[in-house]
Amino acid sequence: MGGFDFSVITNNWEYLAKGLRYTFQVTVFAMAGGIVLGTLLALMRLSSIKPLSLFAAGYVNLFRSVPLVQVILAFYLIIPIALSLVTGEMKPIGAENSAYFTFTIFEAAYYSEIMRAGIQSIPKGQVGAGYALGLTYGQVMRYVVLPQAFRNMLPILLTQTIILFQDISLVYAIGATDFFGAADKINQRDLRPVEMYTTVAAVYFIICFSLSRIVRQLQKKIAIIR
Amino acid sequence: MTYHWNWTFFFDVADDGERYFQWILSGLGWTVTVALCALVIALVLGSILGVIRTTPSKALVAIGDAYVELFRNIPLIVQLFLWYQVFPEILPKGAGDWVKQDLPDVIPAVFGLGWYTAARIAEQVKSGILSLPRGQTNAGLAMGLTLAQVYRYVLLPMAYRIILPTLTSESMNIFKNSSVTYAVGVLELYFQYKQIIEKTNQVLEITIVVTAIYFILAFSVNRIMAFIEKRVQVPGYITSGGK
Repeated sequence: MGGFDFSVITNNWEYLAKGLRYTFQVTVFAMAGGIVLGTLLALMRLSSIKPLSLFAAGYVNLFRSVPLVQVILAFYLIIPIALSLVTGEMKPIGAENSAYFTFTIFEAAYYSEIMRAGIQSIPKGQVGAGYALGLTYGQVMRYVVLPQAFRNMLPILLTQTIILFQDISLVYAIGATDFFGAADKINQRDLRPVEMYTTVAAVYFIICFSLSRIVRQLQKKIAIIR
Repeated sequence: MTYHWNWTFFFDVADDGERYFQWILSGLGWTVTVALCALVIALVLGSILGVIRTTPSKALVAIGDAYVELFRNIPLIVQLFLWYQVFPEILPKGAGDWVKQDLPDVIPAVFGLGWYTAARIAEQVKSGILSLPRGQTNAGLAMGLTLAQVYRYVLLPMAYRIILPTLTSESMNIFKNSSVTYAVGVLELYFQYKQIIEKTNQVLEITIVVTAIYFILAFSVNRIMAFIEKRVQVPGYITSGGK
């Protein structure tokens, strides 16, 4: 095997960087989409309208009990079937594209549980006070409850996003070229497992470790203000 | 294009002479085996790490912290590939070849999953111990117990009860995470799912069935843990047990 050959990494750095960029893109897209969808699900779950709260509870429990790899593969295969019912023709959408959709839908279940806890952490009296002032339900949520819930839960939302960032590596299941996928493909060509996988592990570690440090600082800051 | 539903294909005979539903059952068996073995490793190692992170020894705390940070910040699939592809390469030649050729794939997978989960359990055990009033440790030491005895008879029995709900979700996670071991060659449920799709193309039926199995698995783990929580409940101390 020989020593650790850095030239394997430098020679392929562009390809790896492209994979890393894709990982970041999916993370940011799924975080934004997941938080919006998750907040809607949390509101539905806490709503007094039975069908809405049942739907949200079913959605969250379903996605939280199924492994992510299975969801990634299932959506990749099922989305074209579902689309063909609308358009009438079978067209593959590509592994890279389907991951954006899958992670948004999947992470929404996790974000929704966090947002639900955040909404429930706001004293009921505030909602009552809002109604007494003549605000509508939408206004109470928009101006009173959600800003505080979001703020209280920000560290946990970000911690979940770090988990999401690591989970993107599971697009391996459908052969998409994320950061890990890029390293894996280079390894299959060049047969340098030590260099490739160690690099991926080190980069993931540095990014996630730094991010979790920042989240911890943020948590301290928010805790004092509260 | 219309999708051709065919619910009876589960009873069709596959290339290897078995029926497809037998593939699913054997996958389920491996999923349960891998998850339970990894859970045992994770509980033992996670408890040790969690305990040493609360001891007065700075060196032990540093070791525990380093382990948790390292194993928490690298994705599971990357960790599995490290054990499976990188680890044998850095061993002496003979040992490396033995790991690669003679060691069954399931062994590194079980240990990889167990070590990964141990970091999470260590974090929970630590927070369980820290949630107990400091007076309990001092009272134990004042009564003449050694530090080890304080942990064994005073702190840990209560700490485990406190963290049972989070241990429940971690046990459910380990069943879900065991699906990632397919990538290093374990023939568990997700592997069979993928394989059946390749052979039969009946995506929707198999997805519904496998999703239902994972759902039931998660639900069963949840019920078993709720039962344990109820059994070990200390009257008047934790009232929310067994919800």
